[in-house]
Amino acid sequence: MNESQPAVSITGVSKQFKAGVTALTGIDLDVRPREFVSLIGPSGCGKSTLLRIIGDLIEPSEGTVEVNGKPAHRARLDHDYGIVFQEAVLYDWRTVSKNIALPLELLKWSREKRSARVSEMIDLVELEGFEDHHPWQLSGGMQQRVAIARALSFDPALLLMDEPFGALDEMTRERMNLELLRIWDASGSTIVFVTHSIPEAVFLSTRVVVMSARPGRVAAIVEVDLPQPRTGRTREEPRFFELVTEVRERLAAGGADLVGAEAEVEAS
Amino acid sequence: MATIAIEQPRQRRSADAARGAKRVGLVLVGLAVFWGLWEAYRWIGESLGITWPFTVDEVNMPHIHEMLSAFTKPLQPGGPTLLHYEWHWALFTAKEAVVGFLLGGAIGFGLAVLLAHSRILRRGLLPYIVISQTVPILAVAPMVVVGLGSKGVEPWVSVSVIAAYLTFFPVAVNTLRGLLSPDPRSLELMRSYAAGRNDVLWKLRLPASLPFVFTALKISATACVIGAIIGETPASIQDGLGGAIVNFNQYYSTAPERLWATNIVCAVLGLVFFAIIVIAERLVLRRAPEHFA
Repeated sequence: MNESQPAVSITGVSKQFKAGVTALTGIDLDVRPREFVSLIGPSGCGKSTLLRIIGDLIEPSEGTVEVNGKPAHRARLDHDYGIVFQEAVLYDWRTVSKNIALPLELLKWSREKRSARVSEMIDLVELEGFEDHHPWQLSGGMQQRVAIARALSFDPALLLMDEPFGALDEMTRERMNLELLRIWDASGSTIVFVTHSIPEAVFLSTRVVVMSARPGRVAAIVEVDLPQPRTGRTREEPRFFELVTEVRERLAAGGADLVGAEAEVEAS
Repeated sequence: MATIAIEQPRQRRSADAARGAKRVGLVLVGLAVFWGLWEAYRWIGESLGITWPFTVDEVNMPHIHEMLSAFTKPLQPGGPTLLHYEWHWALFTAKEAVVGFLLGGAIGFGLAVLLAHSRILRRGLLPYIVISQTVPILAVAPMVVVGLGSKGVEPWVSVSVIAAYLTFFPVAVNTLRGLLSPDPRSLELMRSYAAGRNDVLWKLRLPASLPFVFTALKISATACVIGAIIGETPASIQDGLGGAIVNFNQYYSTAPERLWATNIVCAVLGLVFFAIIVIAERLVLRRAPEHFA
């Protein structure tokens, strides 16, 4: 992959749903390779919709999306990205190992290659000893780690994450944030991350894309200049609080109703 | 990390054994209670001369011990016992039922896979599948027997076809529901992998449908036995339980316990079929406990 070419390039993207609802309008955004970009915004700002458009899970009404320099559709067929949803979406009848191996099976990897790769991923997400467990035997945080391992198993350059920790309790969430940064560093992937949480967005990201609703558009982009690697201490630095405040003000300026933001139901 | 309750296999096995013993105990208690109620009703009915809804007497309510002892008595003087005959009739009917079950199960399953892939077929075909089940099996049976018989098909195979007719419907309807059960996120995940229709079928829809399929197979397991028994009547088959029922019906007023004994065998046969499916389900499904009914 050409390092200077954006990992994701979004040009003039709009999306109208059939009911006449304008979910997104005039979105332009480039994500550089190795970046960690968060999309944050209130209910109905279309951030999950935008993520799905990047993943070619839904089509934009206008505009183009390129992933690794090719149209999003081509990129999906080429398995250029892995995706993680708010729910882990693990298949109940598969063990942890088999869930992680699912995309590898679809890619027709040999059994030996699959099992070697699965044990690497088990190490990466620190689930040793749980290989043969079924999803319903795991806690929410562990399930989500399986989902991340599955998304990264075929080594995609891009990882799309749709509020992956939204259903977890605050403490698990903070630990998963640190885990994710470690995984991001180890895997060398680019991440586009949808979240409701301002501290989470600031803590994780190299850039925070602040969106506003009705119609969904980019209200501001906040560069996060906190030093890498981030640690538990990062959350206590003055600069962290300054950036949290800045993102909050940008959200407010964009007309965000922060109280209602928790109950988002995306029309997707 | 949140702690996770994972039982040790040994503990689980002994717990399973205890649960199994408890279940068997409950079944025995249930049978004893039923026996008691039966005999009590008969005793009260005969003492008070109850005639509604039926006259309580030797013919309408033979003693349960008479039904059971009928098994040990010879059917004809000097011949084999009734149990010997019942065993062979049951085997014959079981053969018809198994073939019918497999045939109906395969047709139902194939139909469901077909319907799952086409909304147009679902709209067009499903009403006729439902209508097929509103036609009484007693009306269909002679047509099948005569129709297939004229093509030189053995009568017992015709009976299997009738059993299949009762089997395919629950399998088709439940499997279809199971194939359509994956949630949008699961399908979206498959789409993100650019998975083809076959991959989605084999890796997602079919495994997701299995709990539904087993529910259907449990219904079908008993339905195919009923189908086989009913099918023997118009086919004039004498070698199975259906033939025996027709035969004992004619002698009901003099030997009601024989018909009752045959009913017991029919019930046991249905239970055996049902139990086989339950065991298969336990072996095949590795799911969260709440998936088991």
